[in-house]
Amino acid sequence: MRKVVIIGATSAIARETARLFAAAGDQLLLVARDPQRLGALCDDLIVRGAKAAHSCVLDVNALERHTALVQSTTESLGEIDVLLVAHGTLPDQRGCEASVDETLGELTTNFTSVVSLLTVFAKQFEAQGSGVIAVLSSVAGDRGRQSNYVYGAAKGGVSVFMQGLRNRLAPLGVTVTTIKPGFVDTPMTRDFDKGPLWVGPDVVARGIVKALESNKDVVYLPWFWRWIMLVIRLIPERVFKRMKL
Amino acid sequence: MARRYESWGRYPDVVQRSVVASSRFDPFPSPVDDKSALPFGNGRSYGDCCLNDRGAVIDTQRLDQFIAFDSNRGILRCESGVLLRDILALSVSRGWFLPVTPGTQLVTVGGAVANDVHGKNHHRAGTFGCHVRCFELLRSDGERRECSRDENSELFNATVAGLGLTGLITWVELQLKPIATAMVDVESLKFSSLAEFFHVSDASDVRWEYTVAWVDALAPSTAIGRGLFLRGNHASEAEPAAHAARKTRQRMRIALDVPGFVLNHYAMRVFNSTYYHRQRRKVARSQSDYVPFFYPLDVVGDWNRLYGKRGFFQFQCVVPRADGERVIGEILRRVRAAHDGSFLSVLKVFGEQASPGMLSFPRPGVTLALDVPNHGEDTLRLLRELDALVCEAKGAIYPAKDATMSPESFRTYYPAWEEFTKHMDPACSSTFWRRVMGRGSTTADA
Repeated sequence: MRKVVIIGATSAIARETARLFAAAGDQLLLVARDPQRLGALCDDLIVRGAKAAHSCVLDVNALERHTALVQSTTESLGEIDVLLVAHGTLPDQRGCEASVDETLGELTTNFTSVVSLLTVFAKQFEAQGSGVIAVLSSVAGDRGRQSNYVYGAAKGGVSVFMQGLRNRLAPLGVTVTTIKPGFVDTPMTRDFDKGPLWVGPDVVARGIVKALESNKDVVYLPWFWRWIMLVIRLIPERVFKRMKL
Repeated sequence: MARRYESWGRYPDVVQRSVVASSRFDPFPSPVDDKSALPFGNGRSYGDCCLNDRGAVIDTQRLDQFIAFDSNRGILRCESGVLLRDILALSVSRGWFLPVTPGTQLVTVGGAVANDVHGKNHHRAGTFGCHVRCFELLRSDGERRECSRDENSELFNATVAGLGLTGLITWVELQLKPIATAMVDVESLKFSSLAEFFHVSDASDVRWEYTVAWVDALAPSTAIGRGLFLRGNHASEAEPAAHAARKTRQRMRIALDVPGFVLNHYAMRVFNSTYYHRQRRKVARSQSDYVPFFYPLDVVGDWNRLYGKRGFFQFQCVVPRADGERVIGEILRRVRAAHDGSFLSVLKVFGEQASPGMLSFPRPGVTLALDVPNHGEDTLRLLRELDALVCEAKGAIYPAKDATMSPESFRTYYPAWEEFTKHMDPACSSTFWRRVMGRGSTTADA
């Protein structure tokens, strides 16, 4: 039985992942903003076999509450086997271009809050000398594109932060896993036209659990995004800047 | 995946929008422009009752959470978008089974209530609606009504078999039934005529919980009515050899629309004949996992694409037992003569247990279900003929599988329709409903 903390637990990918943990009989602590949806998720996970499902209502942008979150987490669970940071928003790129406030708000949700959480939770993992820290980054963080570079910058920042954290915690026996999903059909991407590269959140959830169980460093989900992003990164900037992406 | 909001028969083609019900706590998901709305489950009803041409469908896929499970009493409460497959995945290992299940586990609980589905145990257990303890109905005026046999009982009776027209079911509470193992003891018997079918059925219904027959709808005219009778009981003990891993995942998927000429009359006739003659003995016994016994077609994903782009019709009727042999025989002969026959034609004798649903289809008598490939006008003419036969025989046609019955027939088959309309949600409508009300599929009331 694992002890699992999920932040942004009511998001589609997190929810599907939590169900896999529940079916395995794990003990869960779920963090999300909406108390009603969070309560419903806990009920669902208990029926699906979770040993326990604790909940904690928190807006991740309330950075000052992050330290207290770690405390209440360890009070409920003791040592943590898995921390999955899964919250995020998809910014309106055009809106961000027109508004500094909107841009900074998106960066707070998708980057600063993640950095804050990882900083306070890292101390706990450092003390434990064990466990897995996993964060949902994105393929969008691999290269800036005009269509969503605010999101890309936040996710790219998260990926680099995770590299450093991995480098720091690896000798202590803590695994740091960066998860980079491609196109996932969730409420966040509802308005997109879906092509053959799109997958459901359940597919990504299975990939996440597999990556955690095999102590992966960086994982693209589904796997083919590793090669797509390799090609995209290899395009010279003087060519790339003229492309409509 | 971007969802295609089609019916399983892929007929008719419609233009409709979608809105998403993303949480059971959210307000009624009203479409823009005051269009009418229709809850949409997993798109497994065949005709047009899950479609809303020029209106909107309410996608309930995200309402997929369990709420509570009392594993001592077998009472399960879950959201309406939960698939029967997910219930079984959870409940079978804890000793509980669905009290009634249709031939696919890929339907939502909400859809099972709204179509008041039935299964191979109708003669024992009645319909799905007979085992619904209560549910919550979210109306477009924002009101939430908890409905049961005691509370809002008329709305309960209208919503069971109510085809989604009374509002959005947000959650359902079901009474499951206890089982000792995941296995089913099965016997398969050959019969050579409809008379023999009735004989075997009568003899079986007493001792066997599940009974159904496959009938060879393409047999030579001298052998019309031959088939295989399948009967099963939940096994009290699993045979040691039967502990093979369950194949719950589909094993293949039809990824393309198969061109129409592939499933031609001759191919189907060979298939049917082979299937009939494969079993040499008169009676064959075995033990089977519940999945292949109840859901043999689920292993082929999107099997409806075998019928190509034009889609197909399902036809399912029930006719009174007294006249059953003659009418069913006549239907089989007409289908055969039209060269429109069918891979899977199914016969079953329904029991006496009445459903609470006002528009519920099952009633005492014998039911026949068959697939008919869409060959355009000829097929429509055949279906009109069958409708007339059923009407004359004082039977009924199943809305969940229908795309063609006439408004007059509907009113004859479902005399409670007028009472039903009082309980409809004013914001809800469907292509089916406008058709059987004789309003075509115009936007007049959409």
